[in-house]
Amino acid sequence: MEAVKMMQTMSGTPDDTKPVNFTVKAPVYLQIGDAKADTAHSGVCVVDVNLPFGKPVNIEEVTFKNYYTAYVTVRLLRRNPKQEAPAKWCTAVRDLPLMDNPHTEGGSQDYYTIHRTQMQVEPDHVVCARLILRQPSLAWLTFSLEDIKIFPHTEPDPEKEVSDWLSDLTLTDQHPDLEGLPDPQTVSSSIQQMWALTEVMQTNQTTASIGRFDVDGCYDISLLSLT
Amino acid sequence: MRMDEGIELSLTIAQIIQRLRGSHLHSQIERQAKECLHQPDVKLESLKEDVRSFLKTSGWERKLQNAVYRELQLPPRHPPAPPEHLKEPLVYMRKAQASWEKRVLKSLNSMSTELGVPLAHMRPAAEQKELTNKWNEMGTDEPDLSRFRPVYAPKDFLEVLIGLRNPNHDSSEDISVRSHWGLIQVPLNVRDIPHLREAYSELNLTSGQMGIDDHALIHPAVLCTHSLFCLHVSCVVVMEEDSAAAQQYSRQGCPTGLRADLWALILNATNQPQDVMHYEQLKAGVIQHNLLVDNLIYKDVKLTASNDDYYFVFEDFLYQVLLCFSRDTAVLEHFKYNSATPPKSYIQGEIISVIPFHGFSMYVAPLCFLYNEPSKLYNVFREMYIRYFFRLHSISSHPSGILSLCLQFERLLQTHLPQLFYHLRQIGVQPLRLAFKWMVRAFSGYLSTDQLLLLWDRILGYDSLEVVAVLAAAVFAFRAENLMEVTSLASAEAVLADLSTLKVMPLIQVFLFATAM
Repeated sequence: MEAVKMMQTMSGTPDDTKPVNFTVKAPVYLQIGDAKADTAHSGVCVVDVNLPFGKPVNIEEVTFKNYYTAYVTVRLLRRNPKQEAPAKWCTAVRDLPLMDNPHTEGGSQDYYTIHRTQMQVEPDHVVCARLILRQPSLAWLTFSLEDIKIFPHTEPDPEKEVSDWLSDLTLTDQHPDLEGLPDPQTVSSSIQQMWALTEVMQTNQTTASIGRFDVDGCYDISLLSLT
Repeated sequence: MRMDEGIELSLTIAQIIQRLRGSHLHSQIERQAKECLHQPDVKLESLKEDVRSFLKTSGWERKLQNAVYRELQLPPRHPPAPPEHLKEPLVYMRKAQASWEKRVLKSLNSMSTELGVPLAHMRPAAEQKELTNKWNEMGTDEPDLSRFRPVYAPKDFLEVLIGLRNPNHDSSEDISVRSHWGLIQVPLNVRDIPHLREAYSELNLTSGQMGIDDHALIHPAVLCTHSLFCLHVSCVVVMEEDSAAAQQYSRQGCPTGLRADLWALILNATNQPQDVMHYEQLKAGVIQHNLLVDNLIYKDVKLTASNDDYYFVFEDFLYQVLLCFSRDTAVLEHFKYNSATPPKSYIQGEIISVIPFHGFSMYVAPLCFLYNEPSKLYNVFREMYIRYFFRLHSISSHPSGILSLCLQFERLLQTHLPQLFYHLRQIGVQPLRLAFKWMVRAFSGYLSTDQLLLLWDRILGYDSLEVVAVLAAAVFAFRAENLMEVTSLASAEAVLADLSTLKVMPLIQVFLFATAM
């Protein structure tokens, strides 16, 4: 087991967060009885994910790509830093269906995200994760999960704490996070300005022409100069 | 969990806003909002609400709703998945589709070399002038097309589908032999009758259907009220310009007089100035360049639609639509969101969007009964192609894809008509080989036109091609007695040769709701 660095940025948005570097042990396919029997397909597979030693992770989400796994159970080994009690295993997700029907293609190669809000326990101070894959159908030669990534939970930006008491003073609506779109308040205030301008124009109408494109009183398109 | 749904919802909202931003509708609404500021009942204090209520009463909110509804038809996106995965999640299907496209293109290229005809060339000025004059009567031309042959026929495509295998699929003998009855060996999830009954509940035997229940045998008083009621509802739907309501309404069939408007509403196929302009640009492209594919289109129309009793009158329209369609690169734009890229190619700097196969013109022919204005006809056809028809000749795992339809047909037959299936296998006939040509054309050219349009009402109403597979199975069920008597492929084909007398909706209704379970 190599010791690896954990990379983490302090930004709040999940897009900027880098996944935790961890080591994944080879998946173990469970068999009943003699483990050497190749004839029977295994229906259960266990994948152990060892997070960096000495640095427990608060998990934000787990992402992976499915390869013909029907159900996944996620168990976490958590160690509470405050208490001296030994680390305990708990089930975060039980039998999450990844395929609509274990015998048919639906969902068999899809990308999945398990967010911390979907987990039955708080996935904090996690030392180790165990993914238990099940595929009861005999239709498939093999099944697994690919490209498993664990994203750490990042704390909100400390600077926001300053404006907390400010936001208590003004009532703001809770808008969904619409990236890249203009703020509704600025749009409506600019419309108000435009409206005010039109009002002014209407009351101050003159009969004089603007005269921008006139040349000697005539409006000839070929005389327009394009700079 | 609720919070996750909330996150997903705001993500979807943001994505839809992104796609609608900068669209023509967006600039129209913006302009309307600016113009309404002059109105006296728009006040500064309540500016936002007043503008909003103005947009609502003037019908712009409805237009926006329609646009959003159309965007929602596109598949949802999850951030981690790459674009090709959204098109088609299964790797082996993507590969199969890519190699099929290559094969088609290679066939086209070798035809070009063999015949000595360039893939594209610019028409000389005299020819351009002649074509412009003859644009409305291209059918009168009798060019020598004997050297041209279709790039592929449906049966070639069927062979590809039959040969498709999932590398991870265990096909050893231990597995249930059911998969070896039929031709399709891919384990896609297809719906059986109990699920179909739920999904198609509006087709229940107790619900009135357009085309059956307005038949003269019903007492005139009942007939009048029912028809009038349906007509009234559909008129309201059209006047309100409500896409979603039109789609729901179409599930029980459209009244003939309103079908054109209802379909255009469901497909959001407008005929605004920019649509007409786009069509004119494509027409200009046709006049300027001659593509090899054009000859294939001519040949296809001559061989199929022109020979058909119902459609030969529309020959000229078909050229006007199909020649433009083969050059429409905007069709390709849409396939960035949808699954499976249709066969496309760069030909001397020009992109061909679709390479037609034998029978392709039959997708357009029935629409000629509904629309007589070329650019409107073109827009509706293009929408139908982008949403439905392309799935009938592409390899994908989509529930409306031809592969799923074939599997569903086979499974329905195996489950509910096992004796018939077994008998046909015994005499060396695979039912799918008989039904494939119907499904690949969505029954166009096989049913009488009024029945075909009733079938396509349901395709639009349920936003799915599943009814095509159900109808194919229903036809076999209807002719089961005769088919049990046959002893050869030829006689089986003879039993199923003529579908022109069939009434589509009773067949489907009986098959779905009266089959003993």
